[in-house]
Amino acid sequence: MQNKPILSLKNIVTTVNAGTPSENVILNNLNLNVHRGDFITVLGSNGAGKSTLFNTIAGNLAITSGQILLNERDIAKETVEKRARYLGRVFQDPKMGTAPRMTVAENLNLALRRGSSRNLTLRHLNKHKSHFKELTSTMSNGLNTKLDVATENLSGGQRQALSFLMAIIQKPELLLLDEHTAALDPKTSFQLMEETNKTISEQHLTCLMITHHLDDALKYGNRLIVLDKGKVVFDVAGPEKEKLTKEQLLSFFNDLVEV
Amino acid sequence: MSMIVSSIGQGLLWAILGVALFLTFRILNFPDMTVEGTFPLGAAVTTATITRGVSPFLACILGFVAGAVAGLLTGLLYTKGKIPILLAGILVMTACLSINLRIMGGSNISLLGKQTIFSNHFLESLPKYFDSVFVGLVTVAVITILLMLFLQTELGQAFIATGDNPMMARSLGINTDSMTIMGLMLSNGIIGLGGALISQSNGYADINMGIGIIVIALASIIIGEVVFGELTLNQRLIAVTLGSIIYRFVILIVLQLGFSTNDLNLLSAIILALCLMSPVLGKKLKLTKVLAKGGLKNAK
Repeated sequence: MQNKPILSLKNIVTTVNAGTPSENVILNNLNLNVHRGDFITVLGSNGAGKSTLFNTIAGNLAITSGQILLNERDIAKETVEKRARYLGRVFQDPKMGTAPRMTVAENLNLALRRGSSRNLTLRHLNKHKSHFKELTSTMSNGLNTKLDVATENLSGGQRQALSFLMAIIQKPELLLLDEHTAALDPKTSFQLMEETNKTISEQHLTCLMITHHLDDALKYGNRLIVLDKGKVVFDVAGPEKEKLTKEQLLSFFNDLVEV
Repeated sequence: MSMIVSSIGQGLLWAILGVALFLTFRILNFPDMTVEGTFPLGAAVTTATITRGVSPFLACILGFVAGAVAGLLTGLLYTKGKIPILLAGILVMTACLSINLRIMGGSNISLLGKQTIFSNHFLESLPKYFDSVFVGLVTVAVITILLMLFLQTELGQAFIATGDNPMMARSLGINTDSMTIMGLMLSNGIIGLGGALISQSNGYADINMGIGIIVIALASIIIGEVVFGELTLNQRLIAVTLGSIIYRFVILIVLQLGFSTNDLNLLSAIILALCLMSPVLGKKLKLTKVLAKGGLKNAK
């Protein structure tokens, strides 16, 4: 039933500080196939390579060897800017995903042109205002009343909700969520997570989501993977994932540490 | 009276530099030292071409182009050569010293008796010093309006985003290297044009005329911000010009107090330092409290 994967990582090796005494292999022959419509939660202890995995997919880090195939095309040599055409990304830090001195509407307008060329045509903020208003009101956190406010004056939750909207306003082939609710208080975090889940299922997005919350990893998504020492060491999907319990996951993690 | 008009004229002409520096210092968020080289470069190219019979208008455009090329070099050293921006600017600025000497064929060129942009019937019919007021006002207004429009385009927005959050800009597909290079070219081009106009206003170009330029340009930006406070982007661009005029008035007052023109660079540095420290000084000296108290007393 599964056809060709949308993203295929083959024997990826990513080394940081190559050629220096602090040289460190982070991803070590990692293999992963992501299929269209997959919502994968990514678990792993600190230093397992989760963020490096995202930086490798997005192009912030060059790979030492291996292949990154997007729709069967090798994108390993493409720059971050070029890969932006197919990738939407939300960072953990609310400050990283938005331009602080630009308004909410200006940020959304920038995201609307993600991956397309930018020329000397005047931006048409007013033309898009109603669209922006509608989109931000789905977040039900007051963002829709702040379209003309600079994002540096928003709360962390609003900023992160905006980052999420910016990542999906142009439907991405692949959405990367890097602990995007971790910096928020429990209530805001829960709201954003629910909204994320709803959007992903409604728009049939393909998504990889890093999380440290075992509950979230179990509750959301149709597939769960665990990274350890730069490899995928656990990969369950569908009914198998649904049967998985927190206790099983915890004992799996304990076993990993002992090895 | 004539000194006030002269100060306004100088303020308007020098505001061109402030507006140009705004692009790098406030939008791209870094200090670009190249300007100390591109200002005399623009002056050198313009005066050298005017003395060889080129029309003053074309000579100004050449001054712009020369500045933009220097900006391109700084941009390439910074983005492709990975040289820190401060150093990249200093390198190009230093190189400009030799280039300028070659272009001028000496350490200065006089425009005495040559056709300049100021030699036309209309400008000559104006009262004294009003010619630089007119040329300064028209130029700075045109540049400011063009920049306002540019910053409202999709490209301009990508340029602002690059300075605001380069990491985010890249993840939205904005080529931040190109944006940085474009900003440096545009900024230094306008600085070159400023050099072209100011050398014609002064009637000469001098190899040392770039010294202290960055401080004067920064002073217009910072004075505008300190005096006018919270503003929109468009208003901030206009505030630079007003800041530049205020700066000239401050200089005028200081000179009236008996300081010599040799002290100007020291005074510029002190004025800029005071403006930059104004948030800290305001808190330390409780200036706002004192002012508020004074206001209340006066109200009674």
